[in-house]
Amino acid sequence: MKIIVPVKRVADANAHVRLKSDGSGIETNGVQMSINPFDEIAVEEAIRLKEKGVAQEIVTVSIGRPEAAEALRSAFAIGADRGLLVTTDSDVEPLAVAKILKAVVDEEKPELVILGKQATDYDCDQAGQMLAGLLGWPQATFASKVEVKGTDVLVTREVDGGHQTLRLRLPAIITCDLRLNTPRFASLPSIMKAKKKPITQKTLDSYGIDAKPRLEILKFSEPPRRKAGVKVKSVPELLDRLRNEAGVL
Amino acid sequence: MKTLLLAEHDNKVLKESTARALSCAMALQGEVDLLVVGKACRPVAEQAAQLAGAARVLLTEADCYEHMLAEPVAALIVELAAPYDAILAPSTSSGRNIMPRVAALLDVMQISDATRVLSPDTFERPIYAGNVIETVRATDAKKVITVRTTAFSPTASGGNASIEVAAPVADPAISAFESEEVHVSARPDLTGARIIISGGRALQSQENFTKYIEPIADRLGAAIGASRAAVDAGYVPNDWQVGQTGKIVAPDLYIAAGISGAIQHLAGIKDAKIIVAINKDPDAPIFQVADYGLVADLFTALPELAGQLEPLHA
Repeated sequence: MKIIVPVKRVADANAHVRLKSDGSGIETNGVQMSINPFDEIAVEEAIRLKEKGVAQEIVTVSIGRPEAAEALRSAFAIGADRGLLVTTDSDVEPLAVAKILKAVVDEEKPELVILGKQATDYDCDQAGQMLAGLLGWPQATFASKVEVKGTDVLVTREVDGGHQTLRLRLPAIITCDLRLNTPRFASLPSIMKAKKKPITQKTLDSYGIDAKPRLEILKFSEPPRRKAGVKVKSVPELLDRLRNEAGVL
Repeated sequence: MKTLLLAEHDNKVLKESTARALSCAMALQGEVDLLVVGKACRPVAEQAAQLAGAARVLLTEADCYEHMLAEPVAALIVELAAPYDAILAPSTSSGRNIMPRVAALLDVMQISDATRVLSPDTFERPIYAGNVIETVRATDAKKVITVRTTAFSPTASGGNASIEVAAPVADPAISAFESEEVHVSARPDLTGARIIISGGRALQSQENFTKYIEPIADRLGAAIGASRAAVDAGYVPNDWQVGQTGKIVAPDLYIAAGISGAIQHLAGIKDAKIIVAINKDPDAPIFQVADYGLVADLFTALPELAGQLEPLHA
């Protein structure tokens, strides 16, 4: 089986994200960028399926400016086989991402597409479900366990209040939650090897897809900050304040 | 303006997240219909009909809707979508699963996790783990929106909407429910709880959650949460995790015991009315957002706290 894993380059989870001084966007100058952590989990899961002999080839795809190739290299370093970079200078919304990925799927004909459940920049949590809708494929979001069984895949999902296991007919879409696996560390030799893995580059325009944003971003702002309150000296003082000052007990 | 709101339920009980999402739907300034889809779930439709502000309740029942699988439910919503200008769902694991599929089938770009309605086409939503608020205007003729329910108050009851049956549509039959493991608890849901006590890695074990956190939760009628570190260490189930990648909560009182306060965790509790932090490290970041901070060893402070709370009478 062939697996496609889309990856996105985002601000590193440990980076301090702040607004540009004029409020026009997020300051990315000098900010460490990484592969979206949920996408890394998706790559790891695909590699495990390859190691089990379930999958033969893992193709990773990224959409964005030329620097997005770095996310592909991160996926290569832990084991993806080849990459496709769809270049564009504009930000691409999840709906357009799903349309581009549909075109890629039509071309590559994978049996599985595994995605991160959300990108940690815009936190949309949409692309996988949208791709499933456009393809008419079944979907299992927020996966915490994946098991391919013949022509089906069994996926355990993290849902409010517990877990749910679904049986999807292949081909299918899976989005990963945090605890599906712990991605392996890329060794130095594998990082070196990653530099030689092939990346096919295509322009977004070559797909003939209307990727014009549907949401107009009017403003970015800082959320109201909570302020530190008081330090209490003892448990009785804490209870007294909760009862008589805050009125929450 | 006409809005369809997907109700959240378990085929027996309507979840409070529906009443909260209804407040958001009503802010769109039009008529709101509620869609109750499930298996043998008429009692849920009757509960939904009592929410003040609902114009009609649409009830669709079939075996294939029992577990709210995205494929049949999205197909149904798309079928019902034509007369509506906006389609909403609470941003629960179910809503987040189903709605983007609906949006793609309608060729609409979804607005995820709306926290504020500025006008019927303009919304605020958090990005970058809640570190930035984005204001967006939707240009699609139809809107598809998931609602961050902690940002909206539940509507009152006392309504009397009519219940109309909507026919099921063909199940695509490409997915099937196999099994589920639901954590049954007498405690309130994290997302709707008025009081939450959460423990962090400092608790050191599953047994210590039972010994130190549970007695306080019992006495306060509180839900129990945890930091990602405590969940990763295996002390408590995954779905107890509070934070940006876990549950977003908005209780009146949030007690963080032995939680240092990673940005990821703070993003999940910033709508709490009162935050209490108990931590032996006076420099823990949690104290920068806590209304009341107690620098203390939790293994001493928690039993003392439990001892001074009255047992809760049922």
